Amino acid sequence: MSLWNRQILAIMRIDLAKTFFARRGLWIYLLALAPAVPMFLHGLFDHKADLQGDFGQDVQIFAGIFQFFFLRIAIFFGCVGIFMNLFRGEMVDKSLHYYLLGPVRREVLVIGKFLSGLVAAVSIFCGAVVVQWACMFWHQSGELMRSYMFSGPGGSHLMSYVVAAALGCLGYGSVFLAAGVLFRNPLVPAAVILVWEGANGILPALLKKISVIYWLKSICPISIPAPKNAGNGIFNLLIFDIDPAPANVAMVNLILLAGFVVVWAAMRARRIEIGYGTE
Amino acid sequence: MSAHIVLENISKFYGEVLGVNKVSLSIPPGITSLVGPNGSGKTTLMNLMAGLLQPTRGRLSVCGLSPDDPEKYFRVVGYATQYDGFPRGLTGWQFVHSYLRLFGFKPADTERLAWEAIDRVGLRDAAPRKIAGYSKGMRQRIKLAQAIAHRPRVLVLDEPLNGLDPLARAETIALFKELGREGSHVLISSHILHEVDLISDQVVMMSQGYVVAEGQIRGVRGEISEQPMQVLIRCDKPEHLASQLFQHSQVVEAKVHADRAGLLVRTHHAESFYKLLNHIALNGVQIESVAPADDDAQSIYEYLIGAEETTK
Repeated sequence: MSLWNRQILAIMRIDLAKTFFARRGLWIYLLALAPAVPMFLHGLFDHKADLQGDFGQDVQIFAGIFQFFFLRIAIFFGCVGIFMNLFRGEMVDKSLHYYLLGPVRREVLVIGKFLSGLVAAVSIFCGAVVVQWACMFWHQSGELMRSYMFSGPGGSHLMSYVVAAALGCLGYGSVFLAAGVLFRNPLVPAAVILVWEGANGILPALLKKISVIYWLKSICPISIPAPKNAGNGIFNLLIFDIDPAPANVAMVNLILLAGFVVVWAAMRARRIEIGYGTE
Repeated sequence: MSAHIVLENISKFYGEVLGVNKVSLSIPPGITSLVGPNGSGKTTLMNLMAGLLQPTRGRLSVCGLSPDDPEKYFRVVGYATQYDGFPRGLTGWQFVHSYLRLFGFKPADTERLAWEAIDRVGLRDAAPRKIAGYSKGMRQRIKLAQAIAHRPRVLVLDEPLNGLDPLARAETIALFKELGREGSHVLISSHILHEVDLISDQVVMMSQGYVVAEGQIRGVRGEISEQPMQVLIRCDKPEHLASQLFQHSQVVEAKVHADRAGLLVRTHHAESFYKLLNHIALNGVQIESVAPADDDAQSIYEYLIGAEETTK
């Protein structure tokens, strides 16, 4: 194994332990699993009332929660918590210099840290998608679920959600990693990105594409219908894309976007200086 | 390849605030102490040597290597900072072992080197415990273990004796001396000047971002010509010796010691004074010992930096 690979693995071992088992990261697990609670309760009430419920409606509800809460809130803020801490959290703990005093190229350090953040985020959020899926549909009959998953579109839908969650972690992760490298207080750029991503629906076509959520929406398997009383206003702009990208193009573009941002962050990391403010 | 730490006209500014300015040094192997008041630029200089800061101007190299090439540089350099920060949740063993893995050693070698370093700082029993529960002195020592674990030829230590109890302090000083004897560079910053005397082969004195003196302590003292040298003479007739000395122009001041068994003399010309003393000793004064009284770090610090501090 090459030196760089061994160093990346060493960095990942240190950082994964911090990300997965840190008490201060507990909120990320709660955020990821938050939708599972109402989904489970919804199934429980239906089950107790001996109702099968409207299966099609459940599929729509899942899609809505995934797009509006999971992608835009849970993964977004989860990635803020995981990826910004990779550098900025170490600055706060005054422990970043231990990496910088090793015989490690800064580029290798950035890649090692990014990969550890990515492994953590993908494990948490993709795992949460599967848990939510189980909580949403556990009360449905086994026959219906088998048919939906193996003969119908259920399997590919679940796969699309998992891929969208993973690519969400990749896209937002790269952006917040770069923010952590570049900014002393990365919460300000995080707020700017939140507004930018939130306003994506009302941006001109070209600007829309300079975002993560635009590509993620294109990967989601189900379009959300507008509520009946929503009118034709701004809500529709937030839901519908007039020019959605094909899913495979969206995936490639997200990977390219993340790659570009990580490379840029790695180059900027050469200029990182340690100034914890003692002298 | 040069065995020296070489700084060429190094300056570091934090915006408009001066860190260090126009520092040029060539530090040979051995123990070198970096001395100066708070804010004099010691930590800045050490951080520059460790590549944690980038110079605004100038160049530096350690054993011919530059911090721009970290894969080679940090195999040669080890640095224990004064920052009291540690990665959360790690035990002493995990701390030393985890960061040693970055060097890419084989797992068995990594483990052996980690234990070797932990043993050298005397923390084997405490190594399985979390660092969060360590005392200040133990945290200092585990940082030292982390810095020496890969056996660097150049060791940079920022205030390494802070927080150590007397026994640990003595053991740590012995370790520095051992490393110095092994041919390593050991660069230490310290406020405790009598320890600087005990440890150091040479000193670098800093004030307000500038190097004000460098070299072996005695050599530095010799260059401070505006301050008369102080010599303590233990003898049987100090008053008689004083009266004889005052007949010669090179003696500025002679003060009889409180125990009336010695004399403190101040002179501008040490060499001619010692010749004179030999002559007087032949004329009936029993001289027990002669020793310079102000060629230590404390005195040099007061002459060079104390004056600046008081005129501020």
